[in-house]
Amino acid sequence: MNVPLLSVDDLAVEFATRNGRVQALRGVSLAVSPGETLGVVGESGSGKSVTAFATMGLLERAGRITAGRIVFRGENITAAPRSVMQPLRGAAMSMIFQNPRAALNPIRSVGLQIADALRAHRPLSLSAATAAALELLKAVRIRDPEKRLHAYPHELSGGMCQRVMISIALACEPALLIADEPTTGLDVTTQKTVMDIVTKLTRERDMAMILITHDLGLAAQYCDRIAVMEQGQVVETADPSRLFSQPQHGYTRRLVAASPRRGSTVASLVVDATMPAAKMAPPPMRKPGAGPLLDIRNLVKLFPGGVTAVNDVSFRIGAGESLGLVGESGSGKSTISRLVCRLMNQTSGEIIFDGEDIGAIPERDFHRCALRRDIQIVFQDPSDSLNPRFTAFDSIVDPLRRLLGESGATALRARARDIATRVGLPIDLLDRFPHQLSGGQKARVGIARAIAVDPRLLILDEPTAALDVSVQAVVLHLLDRLRRESGLAFLFVSHDLNVVRMMCERLVVLQNGAIVEHGVSQAIFDEPQTDYARELLAAIPHFDPEARA
Amino acid sequence: MIAANLRHIGYVLRGNRLTALAGICASLLVITALAAPWLVPFDPTASNVPRALQPPNATYWFGTDQLGRDIFSRVLVAARLDLMIAASAVSLSFVVGAMIGGACGYVGGRLDRWVGRFVDVLMAFPLFVLAMALVAALGNKVENIVYATAIINLPFYIRFARAEVNVRRNLGWVEAARASGNSHTRVVLRFLLPNVLPAMAVQISLNLGWAILNAAGLSFIGLGVRPPTPEWGIMVAEGARFITTGKWWLVAFPGLALMSAVLCFNLLGDGLRDILDPRTRT
Repeated sequence: MNVPLLSVDDLAVEFATRNGRVQALRGVSLAVSPGETLGVVGESGSGKSVTAFATMGLLERAGRITAGRIVFRGENITAAPRSVMQPLRGAAMSMIFQNPRAALNPIRSVGLQIADALRAHRPLSLSAATAAALELLKAVRIRDPEKRLHAYPHELSGGMCQRVMISIALACEPALLIADEPTTGLDVTTQKTVMDIVTKLTRERDMAMILITHDLGLAAQYCDRIAVMEQGQVVETADPSRLFSQPQHGYTRRLVAASPRRGSTVASLVVDATMPAAKMAPPPMRKPGAGPLLDIRNLVKLFPGGVTAVNDVSFRIGAGESLGLVGESGSGKSTISRLVCRLMNQTSGEIIFDGEDIGAIPERDFHRCALRRDIQIVFQDPSDSLNPRFTAFDSIVDPLRRLLGESGATALRARARDIATRVGLPIDLLDRFPHQLSGGQKARVGIARAIAVDPRLLILDEPTAALDVSVQAVVLHLLDRLRRESGLAFLFVSHDLNVVRMMCERLVVLQNGAIVEHGVSQAIFDEPQTDYARELLAAIPHFDPEARA
Repeated sequence: MIAANLRHIGYVLRGNRLTALAGICASLLVITALAAPWLVPFDPTASNVPRALQPPNATYWFGTDQLGRDIFSRVLVAARLDLMIAASAVSLSFVVGAMIGGACGYVGGRLDRWVGRFVDVLMAFPLFVLAMALVAALGNKVENIVYATAIINLPFYIRFARAEVNVRRNLGWVEAARASGNSHTRVVLRFLLPNVLPAMAVQISLNLGWAILNAAGLSFIGLGVRPPTPEWGIMVAEGARFITTGKWWLVAFPGLALMSAVLCFNLLGDGLRDILDPRTRT
């Protein structure tokens, strides 16, 4: 290997917080050469982003480099003053961020923002910079680049915003690009396009790239080497094929196992059995031969302004059955879940639950309906789904109070303990507020609240989308166990086909509010009938290193 | 739990000494106001003409006014009335404003548009003139000062509560509350408004100072409170006649009391928010 472009040696960073100093990085060493793509993977809190920010000299004020060296092009830039870093940032090293919409200035057209980046480092006239911006927009393959030049960020989709970010990052042809979770929050197909563009452009320009991601599949597909981080340390660095076939470190092994892929099952995700292994009995069917538990007929939802969110959707879920609802953002899956949960009124169509047309009951009155307790929902982002002023206990017993009319303090306490035990939440955490819980613990509280009243249908709206893979594995495991234990039916909404395939017997693929494919999950997975389903499947990043683009 | 709360308050105040100071001043002010009738050395309304217009001295700390009344006693007792007017007016506008604003932010649509335009109309008036007109129309009484001050503060609370509820109404925990069997009304009252409270506490504190000023202003121009009731605004108004002859203490002490009350409530605001928000606790 030639001389590395950037090398980070034994870097240690600590943050001053109100509870004393916290070691964010404890001896991180990385190196990346020109033309190489280094993946940095790890879960939240492992120090991936801190490493990137320290390299760019963008640590927030509470953070301090306590040991180690950062060498860029042979020059020591560890904690370098602004006069040294400013000319480097954007020109020699640049960064793309996780949320492209938040990273762009909402009141400036994207063309001007690209021109700004250029003019910060080069003496260019505005017209020359704008012309260069147009070329950059063409390079990231934005449709109608002439028109987009004058567009504002809110007029562009998330994927397009990220392309604009990429063109800003590449504007001054830096030698190093740090991409911090560049595709988190984007649809799989958009993710693929964005990543293909980034890799193509960096390769053309012989740039080095550091790709920070929590998605092992993505790292495997686009990186030459991968560094695995855990708790502020690099535990393993290897090329993708070796890392995935023979992970050396225990953490890497767990991480690799927890990432769902083609062949995995819910049981195979969790290596160390901290939870009792799920009995692989088929889910019990209640009332065999009876009608379906949920029957959706010709459901339509129009939003003001003429947007058709849900367009003539019909499907059924039997008692104890699990149905997956898959599609990209804007496909109407979240709207359907809220319609079924009676949090929103449909425009037309019937929602028949256990023989009763609950679609006829307006959402405003549904809280008084006896069936309210039978349909519960688990939300996407565990942080958003818990009332910040409620303890875990309050959140869990709220439905018991409201729907079962329980009020005795000791009885509620006992019920809450029971439920917490069922979802694997340590009982001493019941008195904590949401901000004192980890993501996985919050997810458990959310699930506990939903199952507290023993519903018959559980709607899961992207229940693991905001979680780390290892937490996701445990939560999926838990959901699967709950379903087998209590014969719950699932309406599982997700954009992650791998997860849906493991969790659901049948699958509904949605596009623009309408069903494009409907059938047995495994069958759709093996032989998708429509182009859209094929495209979705092809866009999933996977471990198979031979399939690398 | 109580120990943890005190620890948290201690932590916030240590990092924010100005808030601590403002907090101490505000509590002193409230205690003084409550205990004033027992603290005063002289009867605040008893005139004693032979001793009129004495400058501050050992007996009359703040001096005496044109009728020989002790200004120190009058300033102390006036705190009670002024704080009471301000506190009732602010709590009234907070409760009503939070309800209306919360409903607008949650329901949206036509209700929101109508209330929004009404608020715009209210804010288009010069607020002090509006308060004057209201007191004049409702009758020249102390409770009408309270209502007038409450009404002119209402728009701020409505807008504030509306905006804060609006950004939260689509969050998961609000929908979860609905799925747990809470009605729309309950969601607003038990879930959304308590979450908006920390941010509104700042507004309340700032508003208290402002309401004191407003009440004093109204009585300064002769509305609401009537002499001989001790009240800072009236005292300043009465004393203003004597300032040209060098009798500064008639105006200075009630004025200073007014200023320090407004100042300490204004400083208190930010600290309150840090104390009330559970997310700042770790």
